[in-house]
Amino acid sequence: MKRRKIQIAAGGALLLIAVLVNIKYEWSRLALFIVAYLIVGWDVVLRAAKNVLKGRVFDENFLMSVATIGTFFIAQYAEGVAVMLFYQVGELFQLFAVAKSRKSIAGLMDIRPDYANVEKAGELIRTKPEEVRPGDIIVIKPGERIPLDAVVVDGNSFLDTSALTGEALPREVAPDSELLSGCINLSGVLTARVTKEYGQSTVSKILDLVENAAAKKSQSERFITKFARYYTPAVVIIAAALAVAPPLIFQQGFDIWVYRALSFLVVSCPCALVISIPLSFFGGIGGASRRGILIKGGNYLEALAKTEIMVFDKTGTLTKGVFEVQKIFAVGMPESAVLELAAYAESFSGHPISLSLKEAYGRQLTGGRVTRAEDIAGYGVSAIVDGREVFAGSAALMQKLNVPYTEGDSVGTVVHVAVDKKYAGHIVISDELKSDAAQAVKELKSSIKHTVMLTGDNEYAAKKVAEELGIEKVYSGLLPGDKVRKMEELFALKSAKGKIAFAGDGINDAPVLARADIGIAMGALGSDAAIEAADVVIMTDEPSKIPEAIRISKKTLRIAYQNIILAIGIKTAVLVLSALGITTMWAAIFADVGVTIIAVLNAFRALIIKKGIQKNVSVRSAV
Amino acid sequence: MKYTYRLEGLDCANCAAKIEKAVGKLSGVREATLSFITQKLYIDADEIAMPEIILQTEKIIKKLEPDVTVKRF
Repeated sequence: MKRRKIQIAAGGALLLIAVLVNIKYEWSRLALFIVAYLIVGWDVVLRAAKNVLKGRVFDENFLMSVATIGTFFIAQYAEGVAVMLFYQVGELFQLFAVAKSRKSIAGLMDIRPDYANVEKAGELIRTKPEEVRPGDIIVIKPGERIPLDAVVVDGNSFLDTSALTGEALPREVAPDSELLSGCINLSGVLTARVTKEYGQSTVSKILDLVENAAAKKSQSERFITKFARYYTPAVVIIAAALAVAPPLIFQQGFDIWVYRALSFLVVSCPCALVISIPLSFFGGIGGASRRGILIKGGNYLEALAKTEIMVFDKTGTLTKGVFEVQKIFAVGMPESAVLELAAYAESFSGHPISLSLKEAYGRQLTGGRVTRAEDIAGYGVSAIVDGREVFAGSAALMQKLNVPYTEGDSVGTVVHVAVDKKYAGHIVISDELKSDAAQAVKELKSSIKHTVMLTGDNEYAAKKVAEELGIEKVYSGLLPGDKVRKMEELFALKSAKGKIAFAGDGINDAPVLARADIGIAMGALGSDAAIEAADVVIMTDEPSKIPEAIRISKKTLRIAYQNIILAIGIKTAVLVLSALGITTMWAAIFADVGVTIIAVLNAFRALIIKKGIQKNVSVRSAV
Repeated sequence: MKYTYRLEGLDCANCAAKIEKAVGKLSGVREATLSFITQKLYIDADEIAMPEIILQTEKIIKKLEPDVTVKRF
């Protein structure tokens, strides 16, 4: 880089002297031009010569050498030196830009821990994170980065998770809290037991994901590669024809036409495009990751911008997925008895609803009272409690059993209970909307065609949520398999180029995530399954990150398109104009170097991601 | 199997595209992607063919970008 700067400065100074200073003898001026040219371009010419020997002709060094040496033969010395000079300026700028962007992306991803303090026999030993084993005890001091995923054994503190989630608010941790690698310990000393080895820890998973996002290229990137493959040979062939054909046909002097042909060679490099387009996409992906949105490839970033239909799962995505018993309706037995039976029947299920029943029951469940428990997927559970056959689950379950039931008028998920094939009542459990859900939907509706919600919940609860959030279409009472089928039906609603995105928690929705054009997993921090299954991973559980992701993708795509149009437009215009002899070689220099610089600077904008709109914390309501 | 290589010193975007194309044409390679920005070459190919593919890849790189060194990631 330094050598290039000296070449440019020295060569540029000589060129200026040769052009501006009044030199008596023409031969001395020519000597100045030649010296300037050699200073500026010796390395390019040398490389070109080497490449020709290896049989590489359409290489940019070669083309530039031909263009510049050619100008000397038609006595356009100043142009010749200037072309080489600006070519070097362009190269220097590209090197600088690429180094800078590689660095800033590395900076975005600066979450790699350097060491872990491992406690051994009462002593702390600084160890490489890769060498720490699960079960080891580590100590994290304030200001240090958590090196591996671990569980707190001792100590209280606050964690800065912003590098992973984009979330500014510190997270409180206490004994038994999970620690995710990559976060920074802010206040107290923490002693923790390592749960995963480094390669399996959150931090290395995230780094892998972002770095390897480059492996999945967008259509725009593929288009550019293809374009570049044909563009250079085409321009060179036209240049050759231009230099020879018109002079022979029209009996004109070779000089003008060679000059025009050489201008073509100057414009023959597709550099502006091959550099700026991948740069934009990588910038967009890097910027998004800074906001806690991991996009697994340029292709997904591109698809996000074309989202026409946004499909949400309800529970855990738009609502908090934390359930509370709101109301108990009993038939022929006390309310507490209905709750007790339901809690026991559901005692073997890990579903959030079961957990909330156990919590509402409040007492320790005594073992042995439940003899046979069975999960009826999508419907509920059956169990033998104290020798009585208990069914607990949805209205559909009651219908299946042919048990007449009372439809509750309350909002929420209703668990109906039947004992020995007789209706015993129902329990209403409700969830809470996430605080930013309404805003997320509102923002999405301004940029995409349809919003849809899929849920296994009853119609009443589903409609209520949808109404409150402004979601257009609701499909309720769906079994896991139904969700995929509904998803397929939705494909009919989109245009040929439009995409369907699905957002879920990534654990129960894997088949739907896979079926959608873009699968978005929410609240994925700490969940390997979700990170694995999705195309876009949102580290926090905020639905407002979805419109933000779409905003980032649209901005990136806009920048990429601007660059494609700018570069191809200017190059084509200059080619046509110089073929007609309207513009000079100076315009060609601009179309080459100038356009590259503009395009690269424009691509840098993709790295800058504005913070999302302030969340509206006051929107909170029971569902 | 998928393999990742780091191409240190890769500075020319146009050459990157040429390397990507040439490696993609090697026999046994299902897909080759080269990211100029991250300097990474991803090769999806059969395990048995890999030693030969690596050899050929290094030759291609030597020819197109002599200053680049190939490192197993």
